Amino acid sequence: MDIIMLLTIFVLALMVGMEIITKVPPTLHTPLMSGTNAISGIILVGALTSAKFGNPVMTNILGFTAIILATVNVVGGFLVTDRILKMFRKRD
Amino acid sequence: MTSSLTNIFYLIASVLLIWGLKGLTHPRTAQRGNAMGAMGMFVAVLTALVTETDLHWGYIIAGVIIGGSIGTYLALKIEMTAMPQLVALFNGLGGGASLIVAAIAMLPAIDADFSAPGLLLPVAVASVVSIVIGAVTLLGSLIAFLKLQRILRKTVVLPGQQVINGVMAAAVIVCMITLIVHPSPEILWGLIALSALLGVSLVIPIGGADMPVVIAVLNSYSGLAACGAGFVLNNNVLIISGSLVGASGMVLTRIMCRAMNRSFRNVIFGISMGGKQVDQSDDIYQGKIKSTSADEIAMILESARRVVIAPGYGMAVSQAQHAVRELTNLLEGKGIEVEFAIHPVAGRMPGHMNVLLAEADISYDKLKDMDDINPTFAQTDVAIVIGANDVVNPTARKPSGSPIAGMPILDVDQAATVIVIKRSLSPGFAGIANPLFATDHTLMYFADGKKGVNEINTALKEA
Repeated sequence: MDIIMLLTIFVLALMVGMEIITKVPPTLHTPLMSGTNAISGIILVGALTSAKFGNPVMTNILGFTAIILATVNVVGGFLVTDRILKMFRKRD
Repeated sequence: MTSSLTNIFYLIASVLLIWGLKGLTHPRTAQRGNAMGAMGMFVAVLTALVTETDLHWGYIIAGVIIGGSIGTYLALKIEMTAMPQLVALFNGLGGGASLIVAAIAMLPAIDADFSAPGLLLPVAVASVVSIVIGAVTLLGSLIAFLKLQRILRKTVVLPGQQVINGVMAAAVIVCMITLIVHPSPEILWGLIALSALLGVSLVIPIGGADMPVVIAVLNSYSGLAACGAGFVLNNNVLIISGSLVGASGMVLTRIMCRAMNRSFRNVIFGISMGGKQVDQSDDIYQGKIKSTSADEIAMILESARRVVIAPGYGMAVSQAQHAVRELTNLLEGKGIEVEFAIHPVAGRMPGHMNVLLAEADISYDKLKDMDDINPTFAQTDVAIVIGANDVVNPTARKPSGSPIAGMPILDVDQAATVIVIKRSLSPGFAGIANPLFATDHTLMYFADGKKGVNEINTALKEA
């Protein structure tokens, strides 16, 4: 894809992100951070698709390491966020 | 064709992730939003697995099992008081993974045995930027983690810290350019090492109360590093998700800085709050401190109609949140209205106090933001400050002359009676005396947060 296309997506996504996050109430700022931790685990997709570069042995070892780190974020991030959000209920 | 189909699935994943974040704008929809985000992630990963991966399956399965187990263990076992550490750790891992992915993309260029054409310039730039941000985030977060876990207890400020950081940043830039022009393994390693050192040196001088800002910044970086990798790999879902995380960190950083009335630059370059302090605590406190007991506090509370509790980091340290919940129940049982005043930077991460109180089963609609609660202090009979100091220091109202000048604070001093539960008169992070403690209507209860609140509870039950 054209670099300008990628830049366009980047800038628009950043603006959408700013718009949404500004509306998150302070009470949810901690789950917001752990939730975005999980989303940053999207680099798992990067780890899976980067194998087309370079020397296969090296790539597999590095890719393996990146998969571990990213999966900790994805699984840990979504689970802990769910655990926190379960506590945020209105009580009577 | 495959590529278009792949991109359609990445688009679906991105939409789910954005919707998921949108769910977080209200406590009622938040849990569903999080689940939707997880679904988006699942779609993205599955798409990559099915259509794009050349990695050996054994590595993928082993990696996912190991990472998944560690993640599950951490998520289920972590104490809520330790959430700042966990977020710091996750920030670092995200940065680390992006660093590796970007480095993999550099491999063909630096591998002499591998007859690849050189990288395209935009790809090379993105890859190098991603390596730098990833390494800074990885090591910076590790230091933040060690500090929050109190393994690293000292705040080290080297002489000429800013000069050192400046020189290192310049060296990093030189390395980046060299790596783009003449890729070689030595320069790649040099760049990673230098960036890691820069990460350490940026975070190591930053102390306690500035931690919320540091965590928010590193959160943002972990997203931007993934974003950079997205440019390298030509991958939409990486760019979109990375930007969302980057944006989130930026917005939180701005909110935290505003809540401390400090510029981003001051926090990040470790400029201490206002330089040397003259210790005036003797003048301010001399003969004016009124110490009280649990029984007396119980008596005062008995006759109150409205009580506001202002918690700070001390509540987290002493794990007092469950005792505070009991106090709230006791008071409400007597028909007293109870609300909580939450300063944006109370604690060690954005929203820290809210999570602890929610954990203790306190309904989120009782937790009020600073702007909402401040006008109500004048109609409040008793304000109870638990383990907070700088965020209730009236010195901040004076426009200048103190490190916290101009910082918005909780106006607890406008309540009819203020009770401060604190272990001693020692200053908070800003290192200055708090005139609130010496006012006529303030009573000091010198105790550990949890123990103190429990004793008040006992006294209330006996009354």
